[in-house]
Formats: sequence, C-alpha cells, structure tokens
Amino acid sequence: MTNTLDQIFVLLKHWIIGFLPVWLQPIVAALLSVVAILAVFPGLFAISVLLERKGLGRMQNRIGPNRVGPLGVLQPVADGIKALIKEDVIPYSADHVVHFLAPVMLVVVVFMGYAVLPMGRNMTFVPMDAGLLFYFAMGASAELTVFMAGWSSRNKYSLLGAMRAVAQMISYEVPLLMSSVVIVMMTGSLSLDKIVEVQNQYTWGLPHWFVFTPMGFAAFVMFAIAATAETNRSPFDLPEGESELVAGYFTEYSGFKFAEFFLGEYVAMLSISGLGATLFLGGWSAPLAILNVVPSWFWFFAKIMTWICFYIWMRGTFPRLRQDQLMNFAWKFVLPMTLLNLLVAGLWRFMGEGFLRWVVCSAILLSAYIIGGRIGMRSKKFGPRSYRYAE
Amino acid sequence: MSESLLETWNRPPVIEADGEGELLEISMGPHHPSTHGVFRMDVALDGERVIKLKPVFGYLHRNHEQIGQTVGYLQMMPYTDRLDYFCSLTNNWAYALTVEKLVGQAVPERAEYIRVILAELTRIQNHASTIGFLTQEMGASGTPLMYAFREREKILDLFESLTGSRLMCNYMRFGGCRVDMSEAHLNAARKVVAELPQFIDEFENLLTSNEILMARCQGIGVVKPELAVNAGITGPMLRAAGVNYDIRKVDRYGIYDRFSFRVPLGEHGDIYDRYMVRVLEMRESLKILEQALKDIPAGPFVDPKAKIRGFKPKPGEAYGRIEAPKGELGFYLISDGGTSPYRFRIRPPSFINLTILEDMCLGQNVADVVVIFGSVDIVLGEVDR
Amino acid sequence: MLGEGLLKGLAETARNFAGSFVSKERLTTVQYPEERHPLPEASRNFPFLVYDGADWEAGLRCVACQICEKECPPKCIYIEKSKDKKPDYAGKLQIYPTQFDIDISVCMSCQICVEVCPFEAIKMDNEFELATDDRFGGLLQDRKQLAKPNEYYHKIHPTEAAEVDARLAEEKAKVEEKARAAAVAAAAKAAAAAPKPAEGAQPQ
Repeated sequence: MTNTLDQIFVLLKHWIIGFLPVWLQPIVAALLSVVAILAVFPGLFAISVLLERKGLGRMQNRIGPNRVGPLGVLQPVADGIKALIKEDVIPYSADHVVHFLAPVMLVVVVFMGYAVLPMGRNMTFVPMDAGLLFYFAMGASAELTVFMAGWSSRNKYSLLGAMRAVAQMISYEVPLLMSSVVIVMMTGSLSLDKIVEVQNQYTWGLPHWFVFTPMGFAAFVMFAIAATAETNRSPFDLPEGESELVAGYFTEYSGFKFAEFFLGEYVAMLSISGLGATLFLGGWSAPLAILNVVPSWFWFFAKIMTWICFYIWMRGTFPRLRQDQLMNFAWKFVLPMTLLNLLVAGLWRFMGEGFLRWVVCSAILLSAYIIGGRIGMRSKKFGPRSYRYAE
Repeated sequence: MSESLLETWNRPPVIEADGEGELLEISMGPHHPSTHGVFRMDVALDGERVIKLKPVFGYLHRNHEQIGQTVGYLQMMPYTDRLDYFCSLTNNWAYALTVEKLVGQAVPERAEYIRVILAELTRIQNHASTIGFLTQEMGASGTPLMYAFREREKILDLFESLTGSRLMCNYMRFGGCRVDMSEAHLNAARKVVAELPQFIDEFENLLTSNEILMARCQGIGVVKPELAVNAGITGPMLRAAGVNYDIRKVDRYGIYDRFSFRVPLGEHGDIYDRYMVRVLEMRESLKILEQALKDIPAGPFVDPKAKIRGFKPKPGEAYGRIEAPKGELGFYLISDGGTSPYRFRIRPPSFINLTILEDMCLGQNVADVVVIFGSVDIVLGEVDR
Repeated sequence: MLGEGLLKGLAETARNFAGSFVSKERLTTVQYPEERHPLPEASRNFPFLVYDGADWEAGLRCVACQICEKECPPKCIYIEKSKDKKPDYAGKLQIYPTQFDIDISVCMSCQICVEVCPFEAIKMDNEFELATDDRFGGLLQDRKQLAKPNEYYHKIHPTEAAEVDARLAEEKAKVEEKARAAAVAAAAKAAAAAPKPAEGAQPQ
C-alpha cells in the first residue's frame, strides 16, 4: 500500500501513456513530467510568497495579509492579477529585444534546473549521470539574464545594480560549487540519484545523511550561505535594496515582466533548496527508518519548505550586508573554509572507518572556524565594546 | 542643480577623487524611502565613494517663528508640539521653562515631578523609535522597528489617557501642567515602567551583538570630539563622541539634581556608539522614572496665581534650554510688553546636528550615507520649523 | 565565536513568532474596522457645543462672548452674535450665536477654546471618522452640526461631565439663592414701606 502511495505519480503516468501508440509514448511522457513541474512549482511559489508575508508579519507581532480569502490564501492570486493588468512601460531608449528576453530567459533557465532533481523514488525527470554539472550550468546561466536586464534598460542606476548583482552571484558560485564537490568526493558520482541512494541507508534507525558528518555539516552551512547570496535574499539583498539608490536591475520593468523576475527569483530559491536537500539532507529519504511509510515525495517537499522557512526567518532578523563586506566575506572567509573542507574530506576517506576520524575532522573544522572568526573580527576591529559613564 | 556643487559650499578640504572621469552627481531626492521626511541630499560620487554632499532642506518650513511672533504666549504652546513631533512633551517643557524664566514664575513641586516623568517617558519612546528606524534603513525589514513601536504604543496610550492626545499633547502650562496626574495614571505609568526593562533586554539581544550590525555600524560616520564641540553638536551624538555634556547635569533645570543617574559616553563616535549610547540612555531614564514615580509628592499641579488669558510679560529676554531626546532644544524670547513676543527663536537640535553631515560622510560608501543620516536622528519638523 | 550574535537574534525572532500565536502581547493587531481599540476618557479630537434639554437652539449654553474665537491659535472659529436674547440654564437672559462655524481642516485640537470658555459651552469631542470627499464645505461645521446634547457629553467624558454638571448646578443654586434673598428683601422692604407712608422718604 505504502509502496503504491509512494509511486503513485509514476504509476499514474504509466497508466496514461498506456492508452497511446508506442511511437507517441516518449514524447507524451516527457510532456507530462514538464506539465507536472510547471504546475507544482509555481504553486509552491505562491505558497512561499504567502508564507513569507504572514511569517514576517508574525515575527513582527502583527498579522500578515488576511483580507483576501480566508487567512489571506488568495493573496498571491490578487498579486498575480495586479501584475497582469498593469501597463507594460518600456523606456524609449531601451533595447527592446533584450529587454523582452531577459525575464523570459530567466524563467526558462531556472525551470531547467528541476530536470535533474530527484523528487521522489524513481521520480527524476531526466536521470543524468552528470546531473550536478547540468544543474550548475543552468544556475550560472541565470546570472547572464540578470546582466541582460540591467544592460538593456539603458539606465545607469539599473546597470549599477546589475553589475553589483552579477559580481555577488559570481563570487558566491565558487563556495557553492566547492561545497558540492565535498559531497561528490564522498559519493564518487556526479549523479544526484546516486547521491540520494547513498544517503538512503539507516544505522540504528538514523539515516546516513551527509549533514550528520563533520565536513558535510560545514559544507551544508557554507552551501546555505552561498545559496542565500545566489538568490539575492536577505542579508545579501543589496542589489534589490529599497533604501539604497533605486530598485536595482529590475527598475525599468513593470507589470508582468516584473512578476516574471519575481517568479524567477523564488523558483530559483526553491530549486537551490531542492539541490541542498538532495545533497545534504538526503533528498527523498525519511528522517527515521520507521517513517518510510510516508511517501518519499512528501519528504522532499517538506525539506524544501523547511529551507524556505529558514530563508524567511533570516530575512526577518538580519540587516543587510554592504556590497564590499559581502564580497570580502565570500573571498576571504567562506572560500578558504571550503578549501579546508575539501582537505578534511580527503582526510576522512584516508583515515578509514572508525571513531577517530569523526573526532579529528570535527576538531580541525571547529578550530579553523573559531580562529578564522577571531582573526577576521580583529582585523576589522569589530567586536563588542564596553562603555564608560560619567556621573 | 544649477551650479556645480564643487563651487558653492565653502568647506574644509574636499577628498580628491582618484581615477579619471566625471563625478556622478545624484540627488537623493525629497521623496525617498529612507529620509525621515522631505529632505534632499545632493551627492557627488566617485564610483561608490562620496566626494561632496550638500543637504538641501526647507521643504517643511511652516513659519513657526513668525507665528510665534504673532499669536500670544499661550497660543504658541500647541505649535511647539509640532516642532519635533515625536517628542511633543519635551518641546512643551522647553517653551514653558523659557517663559517661566522670562516672568520669574515658580512651579510647584508636584508639577516638576510630573514634568520629569513625562519627559523621561518621551525620551525612551524616541530612542526606541530612532533605533528602529536606523535598523529599518539597514534593511532589517522592519522587525526591530515593530518591536520598538509595540512598546511605544504603551507609552502613547499613557499620554492619551492623561493629556487627551497621543502626539500633540499641549500639556505644560506656565506655572505647571494642565491637568493633574491622578493615582490611576501613576499606577498605569508604574506598570509601563515595570515592563520596559524586559523590552530593552530583548532589543539588545536582537541587535547589540549582531555581527552584521557591527559590520555596518562600527567605524562608519566617525565624529571627532573637537569637531563635535566646534560645530555645536549636542545630545546623544555629542556623548557618543566622548564629550561629557548633558544639560540635565550641567544646568540642573527642574528637579534633576534630586535623581541619581549616569551619563553614558562613547569612545569612537561612530554609528555603533550612537546606537549604544541611546540604548544605555533608555536604561538610565528608567532609573529616573522609578525614582520619580516613587517620590512624587501630593500638592498643586499648577501655580494657582498663574494667568491663562491676557498674559503680558514685562519687557526682557530669556533663553531656556532642556536636554531634549535629540539634543539641546532652546527657546530664545524677547518680550516688548505686548501679548506676543517681539522675537521668538527656536534652537533646533536636529538642524544643528545636521550641519556636519558632509564631514561624516566624506569618503564613505554611498550605501552608508543613508545609515549615517539615520543615526543623526533628525525630525524634519524641527529642522525646517 | 563568529555568528553568536546572529544566533541570538534568530532566537529572539523565533520567540516572537511562537509567542504571537499564544499571547495577546505578541500580536498587537487590532483589526479595524471590525474591532476598535477603546478610546481613553480624556481623548480629544475636535470641539462641539453642548446644549441642555431637548431643543438644541433653546438649550445651547454658548452666549457668543467670542473669547474662544479670540484665543484660538489658528483662528478657526467664526461667531456672529444675535440681536435678541434667550434665557440660559439659570434663567438669565443672554445673547446667543446665530452663526458658529468651526473649520476642522484648520482646527488643531489644542483644546484652548475649552480651557478659556467661562460658560462650559464648548467641549472636546472624540470622533475621528470625519472623512469626507468635499474638501471645503464638508470640513466646515456650523452650529447645527456642532450642537450635541449633554447626554452625549456624559457618554464620552463621564467624569468631566459630572464635574461640569455639579459646577453648573452649584452656580444655578447660588443664582436662585440670591434671587430668593432679593425677593425676600424686596418683600420685606415693601412690607416695611407700606404702613408708614408719612415717615418720609428714606435716604436712598
């Protein structure tokens, strides 16, 4: 029974294409998967937008939107209608072709990343051998669209914002990749399916998720930071900061194109959370062995939504980092830590099975973090201060 | 901008722009999400660094001083509410103090205690809002601001039940206060004061040791003590630069010499010091409030012989000043024996604190200009009057 | 350790998030217009004229002395006096205002008119839902709109209204006492003057 529930979408797909002639079956199978992805993830986007507004509201001791629909569930619909009926204003001197293509390309490229994510047992759309590589290729293409948007607006402030955004995204690509390389080292394969298979084993009821190993945990933290910076989320959202000069690279976009950028950003956020869940949190495997009765696709989406909740939590708490501080942080702190992490991963495999390797690797990483943190803070002269009083 | 910025403003040496190319001149215009009102800054940038900054204000000029010279003395009291519209009670007190100095009016003791209680409550809610707005500009999406406003609402409810209005209180009179603070009001105030330390602790938990805040605030917008004293800066900005000057301790107006409280001083004069000085001042205000609420005596709340209508002081002049939450708020009155003063001059702390905005921002990133501006803590009603 | 302050901040926000579901203090929203925050008694917005009894014209306390007009800081009150007189609460004949306009787009709710009125005729209302789309006429309130009964005054400011009523009753009692004493003295004088007409005129 649970097996059927787990495989219900796969069985459904096979049943539908069973009605069709053989030569049509591959195309329709692919189309069905595409339609499924295009239906589910924008739905999740709507849910995350609503969750963000209500979550931020609750953190700030107020209720979020609650007038449109019961508890405000129709708020994304209202936002969508508003975006659609707005007038599409394009600056006279803008490059019309590129201006039109930029949001479209962003959406296309971001959705391509979902092709390789394993969303459940046997539920990867395209089970590639080099799935991780394909994912990162698509992610890097998204940065190009940001620059296209800034360039085509012929507005020096949008260009400034676009260049800042691209610089930020490029500098955080490297830690993102390096953290994933650790996982590749431990698994020996670039295929995301294989990575999840390796994590799907249980010892004493607890899973073999990579986040529970020392360098997996360090890589997880750095992946999370880099993912936040990649998708321009707070505290790294200076390119779209409202209290800075202007609204950044999508200043000149209005109406539906702006909604496409918004959609692209959130779908990218969901996609990179999906990758993080696959690499570190075990993809579609359940947290405890006994919980395998719950379908695998449920666990995958639960993990994605947990990441989203964490992003919202961070947005509500932290102020923004300034551009140069952000870049300094990436190049001078996160990158050396990822390189050290690679060394530690090698050491892990070298030391063989046993308790010793846990202790040694954790000790190295922890001490590097504490010492690195102290040096970093002291060099910039940051730190808690004490104050004197006059009577 | 008709003339070039580099010509019009005679100021200390400008930082040399390195690299060729023109300077980027932008106007952080009157409608801006982060300026605290309608305020404009003409900024010349070299890349990201600020080379020249010229503040342009006057968008909210309402002829306060001219009105003061036309309507009578009592009629001016509601207008002083609207100067620094966050802190109407301290504005009222400054004006009442000046007029009482002009005519030599005595104030009964209970009235002095009431004035101190309300002024310190005003100081707490002003500092909390300022810190909230500062973090809002840094991009904390309003969370500390909402917490500060939650506490501010409690204090404003107290004001409304006492004076009738949350912000435009119009409460002080020459010789005391307008109505008495009943025992119910005092108990409500005691309840509010009892809940405030926990709020300040939570606020500090959220912000003080936050590394991102430290990175954004420490070392930015530094004011040296000599510059501060020469430019006439007062208030938390001066004390954050390390100069020990608090008018409550220097002048001892009212009955401030009866309360024991300390004055927090900063060391570096940067934004983080200003933020911490405000937090510590909130705690000191709580100490004063506890003492005042315990010791308040019974008695008249206004001098029974004080006149309300037909107030005509003898010719003379007086300058009265208090430690308003933003700095030294002073009123200078010259009376010629008529029903309205001959000259009514307001010394606005926000305006004078703004004069060194350029010195603070030179060489900094443009992203920091907004944060530095927020840390000066201005209110346009006071800057433009 | 790097990141400690950030974790403390996250804990604080999480506490507020969780608290907003359980305690009223962490969720301070009042959903206007379905719920309203109760206004304190002393709350003031714009002035209104008090009248006693059922007829607003006959019971209007205002005697058009124009003190409030002179003392108003932004000069938002306009009064026109009447030519005839009507009796007030104590029975004395007083003039009344034929026109009493307050421009509430100018009024700054400072309450000085209330403080200086010697006749307890103008008091502060606390109604704030006065939005209108007529910028000039809709914000000019004439004396019919401004006149509200004493019962309304008791409803919005009970303690104050009770004090005012007590004071007015005292005044009225004093006036009546004086009138009665004068009547008794006049009767006594008439009784004393009647049986002795030949005594000659008393020096007046």
